[in-house]
Amino acid sequence: MDLVIATVSQGLLWALLAIGVYLTFRVLDIADLTVEGSFPLGAATAATLIVAGSHPLVAIVAACVAGMLAGVVTGILCTKFKIPALLAGILTMIALYSVNLRIMGKANLPLLQQDTIFTIWNLGMDKMMTTLVIGAVIVLVVALLNYWFFGTELGTAVRATGFNPHMIRANGINTDNMVVLGLLLSNGLVAISGALVAQSNGFADVGMGVGTIVIGLASVIIGEVLFGTRSFKNCLISVILGSIVYRAVIAIVLQMGMPPNDLKLFTAILVALALSMPLLQARWNKIRKGGR
Amino acid sequence: MLHIENISKTFNPGTITEKLALHNVSLHLAPGDFVTVIGGNGAGKSTLMNSIAGTYPVDEGRITIDGTDITKWPEHKRAKYIGRVFQDPMMGTAAGMMIEENLAIAARRGKSPTLKWSSSADSRQHFRELLMGLNLGLEDRLESKVGLLSGGQRQALTLLMATMAQPKLLLLDEHTAALDPKTAEKVLLLTDKIIKQQKLTTLMITHNMRDALKYGNRLIMMYEGHILFDIDSEKKKNLGIKDLLAMFEKAAGSELNSDSLLLS
Ligand SMILES: Nc1ncnc2c1ncn2[C@@H]1O[C@H](COP(=O)(O)OP(=O)(O)OP(=O)(O)O)[C@@H](O)[C@H]1O
Ligand SMILES: [Mg+2]
Repeated sequence: MDLVIATVSQGLLWALLAIGVYLTFRVLDIADLTVEGSFPLGAATAATLIVAGSHPLVAIVAACVAGMLAGVVTGILCTKFKIPALLAGILTMIALYSVNLRIMGKANLPLLQQDTIFTIWNLGMDKMMTTLVIGAVIVLVVALLNYWFFGTELGTAVRATGFNPHMIRANGINTDNMVVLGLLLSNGLVAISGALVAQSNGFADVGMGVGTIVIGLASVIIGEVLFGTRSFKNCLISVILGSIVYRAVIAIVLQMGMPPNDLKLFTAILVALALSMPLLQARWNKIRKGGR
Repeated sequence: MLHIENISKTFNPGTITEKLALHNVSLHLAPGDFVTVIGGNGAGKSTLMNSIAGTYPVDEGRITIDGTDITKWPEHKRAKYIGRVFQDPMMGTAAGMMIEENLAIAARRGKSPTLKWSSSADSRQHFRELLMGLNLGLEDRLESKVGLLSGGQRQALTLLMATMAQPKLLLLDEHTAALDPKTAEKVLLLTDKIIKQQKLTTLMITHNMRDALKYGNRLIMMYEGHILFDIDSEKKKNLGIKDLLAMFEKAAGSELNSDSLLLS
C-alpha cells in the first residue's frame, strides 16, 4: 500500500514535467531539451530560497518564473536567431548547468530540517499521504489552468501554430511569439516539477535534470497510448495518468530486481520503441499483406 | 485598391541557382476586380501572390493596399487585409483541430488573440449559419477534426475562413488544382458566389484556361516573370481559348508550352 501511495505521488510530482514536455513535443511540435536544464533550475531556485528562509509557495512561484525565463531564452534563440529548436534547447540546457551551480553555490543543496510545501500544513496525515494530497491539488490546479488557457483565443493560436504555422500566419498571428509563449509555459511547468521533486526528495542536485526529457516523453507516450488523444482535455488527463503509470512501471521493474543504474537505459529503450511503433506497425502490416 | 509598382524578386541571388522570378511587375486592381491569372509553369504567378501576401520580401518595388504601404510588413500583419486559399488543401487549416476552432481563429483574422474563451454559443450559431451556405453538411460537424474532411471540403472550409472576416483582397493560388474535376467545379462556383456576394477584390491563379475565361472580369497572362498581357472585361467576354493562344504567341514570340496549361 505504501508503495502504491509513493508511486502515485511521485507520478503526480513528475506529471507537471510530463505536461511541459507534452506542450512542446506535441502541441508545438518541437523537441525541446531546455527541460533538462529547467527542471534542476526549478529545484535549485526553490531549494536556495527555502534555505534562505522563503515560504515554500514563494519558492515554487520563483522556480516557475525562472523556468519561464529559460523557455523564453530558447524561444528567442530559435525564432529570432533561427537556430534549430533542438540545438537552441541544448544551448540553454548547457548554459543552465552553470547557472544552476551559481544559484546553489555548490552541486548539491540538502533541505534537511527545512520547511517544504509538504510539511508546512498539518493535514493530520503521515508524510506520504500529505505528499499525495498536495501533489494532487497542485496537478489539478495546473491542469485546470492549462485547460482554460488552451481554450482561449491565445491558447488556441498556440496550438494551431504547432499544427500549421502557415495557416496561423495567414490568419494574422505572429507564429514566433506563439512559439516563445509555448516554450515559456512548458518550461515554467517543468521548473515547478523540479521544485516539487527537490522538496519531496529533500535536496536539489545539479545533475537531477539528466534524462528528464526522456522521462517526460515516456509519460506522454504511455498516456496517449493507454488513455487516448481525442481532445486537448483528453490529452491533458492522459499525460498526467501516463506519468503515474510510468512511475508504476519503474517501481515494478525495480521490484523485479533491475539495478537502479539501468533505469535510464530502460526508459530510453522504452521511448525509442514507442516512437518507432508507427513505422514498425506499417512494416508489419505490409509484410502480412504481402504474405497473403 | 491594390497597387503593385515595379516589384522584382530574385531567388538565391549570387548562387548558381539564381532565378529572377519577378521582373518589374506592376499591377493595379480596382475595388471589386476579380482577376484570373494564367501562365506556364515557373512563370512567376505564385511568386507574385506570395510577394503580395508577404511570404517573402520583394527586392524592389512597392505594394500598397488602399493607400497603405505594406511592402515592408511581415506576412502575419498583412493578413489583416488579405485572405488566402492555397493549392494544397492541407495548408489552409489546422488538421488536428476542430472545425469550430479553425473558424474561431479565422473569424478574428488580423486581430490580436485575447484571453477570452475562444468558443461561445453565439459564435457557434454564427459558424453553423456560415457552414450551411457551403451546402456540405458541415454545420452538424462543428466538433469534427478538420483532418477528417475530404480535400474538397477542406478547400471549401478554407475559402470560408479566408472570406469570413471580410478581407480587402482575396488571393487564390490554384485552390482547386488538387481536387477532382467535379469537386473543383463545385468549389469554383462557390468561390464565384462568395466573391460576388461580398464584392471581393480577388486574384485567382488557375491552370485551366476555360476557368480563367469563365470567371472574373479581368485576365492576366504571366510569362518569364512579367505580365505579358492584361485583358479587361469588355474584351474578355468575347475571347476564346484560341484567341488567348494567338495573343500569347504574338506577345511572347514563341508557342505556348501547352503541357502546363489545361486547354479545355
Ligand atoms: N522559394 C523559392 N526558392 C527558389 N526558387 C523559387 C522559389 N519559389 C519559386 N522559385 C522559382 O521561381 C520561378 C517562378 O516560380 P513560381 O512558383 O512563381 O511559378 P508559377 O507561375 O507559380 O508556376 P506553377 O504554375 O508551376 O505554379 C520558378 O523558376 C521557380 O523555380
Ligand atoms: Mg504556382
